[in-house]
Amino acid sequence: MAFLSDLLVNLWNWIAVQLDQFLPSWATALVMLFAAAVVIVVFLLLTVMFLTLLERKVVARIADRIGPNRVGPFGLLQPIADTLKLIIKENTEPAKADHPVFRLAPAVVATAALMPYAVIPFGRGMVGSDVNIGVLYVISISSLTVIAVLMAGWGGGNKYGVLGGMRAVAQMFSFEVPLALSIGSVALLTGSLSLVAITEAQRKLWLIVAQPIAFLVYLLCGAAEANRAPFDIPEAESELVAGYHVEYSGVRFAFFYMAEYINMFTTSAMATILFLGGWQGPFVERVPILSIAYFLAKVYGLVFLMIWVRATFPRLRIDQLLDLSWKVLLPLALMNLLVTAVVDKVAAQVRLSSTLTIGVFWGSNLVLVGVVALVLYLSYRRKRARGLNPHYQIHWH
Amino acid sequence: MLSDYVFIGLFAIVAAIFPFAGFAVSYLVRPKRPDPVKSDVYECGMKPIGEAWVQFKVQYYLYALIFVIFDVMSVFLFPWAVAYHTLGLYALVEMCIFLGILVGGLIYAWRKGALRWV
Repeated sequence: MAFLSDLLVNLWNWIAVQLDQFLPSWATALVMLFAAAVVIVVFLLLTVMFLTLLERKVVARIADRIGPNRVGPFGLLQPIADTLKLIIKENTEPAKADHPVFRLAPAVVATAALMPYAVIPFGRGMVGSDVNIGVLYVISISSLTVIAVLMAGWGGGNKYGVLGGMRAVAQMFSFEVPLALSIGSVALLTGSLSLVAITEAQRKLWLIVAQPIAFLVYLLCGAAEANRAPFDIPEAESELVAGYHVEYSGVRFAFFYMAEYINMFTTSAMATILFLGGWQGPFVERVPILSIAYFLAKVYGLVFLMIWVRATFPRLRIDQLLDLSWKVLLPLALMNLLVTAVVDKVAAQVRLSSTLTIGVFWGSNLVLVGVVALVLYLSYRRKRARGLNPHYQIHWH
Repeated sequence: MLSDYVFIGLFAIVAAIFPFAGFAVSYLVRPKRPDPVKSDVYECGMKPIGEAWVQFKVQYYLYALIFVIFDVMSVFLFPWAVAYHTLGLYALVEMCIFLGILVGGLIYAWRKGALRWV
C-alpha cells in the first residue's frame, strides 16, 4: 500500500537500486538522469499530440461542429496520422532562403520549448532539478524562442515571414516585462525563486487568492508569449498567411507546431505552479501519487481556458497589442508589485492576521483595477472629444 | 549545488538531439524532388517582386530600446524581491526611488510618442 501510494517515485527508486547492483554509483546516477530527461521529452511529445486533438475537438464543439472523428475511436488516432504525414512530406526550401539560418530555426525553437521542463515540478518529488533560480531559468529559456522565431522569419526570404518574425519579436519582448513583474510579486511573497519552494509555500493558500491581478497579468502575458489567440498577430492567416513559418513544410513545420503547443503547456504549467499551488491538493501528504493528478488537472484546466479564449475572441491589431502591454499591463503590474511590497511590510510591522492581510490585498487589487479602468475610460473620452475615432487611429505608411 | 545543473545540461543535450533525430528520420523517408517553381518564395501565387529583406519600421527598434531598460530592471528586481522579508524598511524606500526613476523614463518615452504606433 505504501508502495502504491507513491507509485511513480518508488518505481523510479527501485529501478535505481536494481541498476546499482551491477553499475558504479556515478554511472547509475548518470543513467537515471538521462532516463529522466528522455521520459520527460516523451511525455511532452504525447502531451502535444493530445493537445492538438483536444484543441481541434474543443474549437469544433464551440463552433457547433464535431471535429476529427474518422481516425480511430473519437478521432483519437488523428494526431498519429498527422505526425506520420508531416514526417513523410517533402521539405521544400526556397532558393532565396538564408539556408543555414532557415534549417537551424526549427531545431532551436524545439529545444527552447523543451528546456523549461528540466526544472518544472510535476508532482511531489517529481522534479528534474530543483535549482534555486527556477523561475529565472524558465523566463530566460523561453526568451530563446524569440531568437528562433526571428531566425525562421528572416531565413525564409519571404516578405510575410519577415513581417511575422518582426511582429513576433516586438510582441514577445513587450509582454515579457509585465510577465517578469507579475512573477516579481510572487517571489516577494514566497521569498524564493525555486519552483519547488514556491509550490511548498502554497500549502495552506494558493497565491491567486492574494494576487488575483498578478495572476491575470501573468496569464495574459503568457498567452501573448506563446503567440496564442487573441495575441496571434505574428501568424495572422488573414494578413500574413502563416507569419514566420510560412516557408516551412514537412518535419520542419512539425517542430514549429510542436513548439507552439509546448509553449502553451509551459505557460499553463507555470501559472499553475506560481498561482494555483502547483501539485498541492487534498490528501497529497498521505497519497503522494495524487499530486501529479492535481497538477495535470490544473494545467489542463488552464489549457482549456486558453483554447476557449481562442475560439471566442477576435484577433487584436498590433498597435492595440503593444498598447495593452506598455500602457495597461506594465503600469498595472508595477503598481501591483509596489502595493504588494507596502502591504507586506505594513502587515509585518503591525502583526496583521493572515486573513486580514488577504483582505487588504483584495481591497488594494480592486482599487488598482478601478484606477486603471478610470484612466482608460478618460483617455477614451478625450480621444472622442478631439474628434478621433478611438478604435481607428492607425495610419499605415 | 552544481550537481543540480548536471541534469539541466543532460536535458539540454537530449532536447537538442531530439529535433535532429526527427530531421534524420524524415530525411530517410521523405521524397526529394526539387523544382525551380517549388523552390520559389511564396507570394500569393504570383512571381515575387523584389527582396524580402528590406528596410524596416523604426518603431520596432524604439520598443526594443525601452524593453532593454525594463529588462535590466527586472534583473535588479528579482534579488530584491527574494530577499525582501529579510530586509528593512530601507529596501522598500530604495526600490521606490529606483522604480520612480524608471517610471519617469517610461512617462518621458510615452509623452515623446515612442509608444505610439504610427
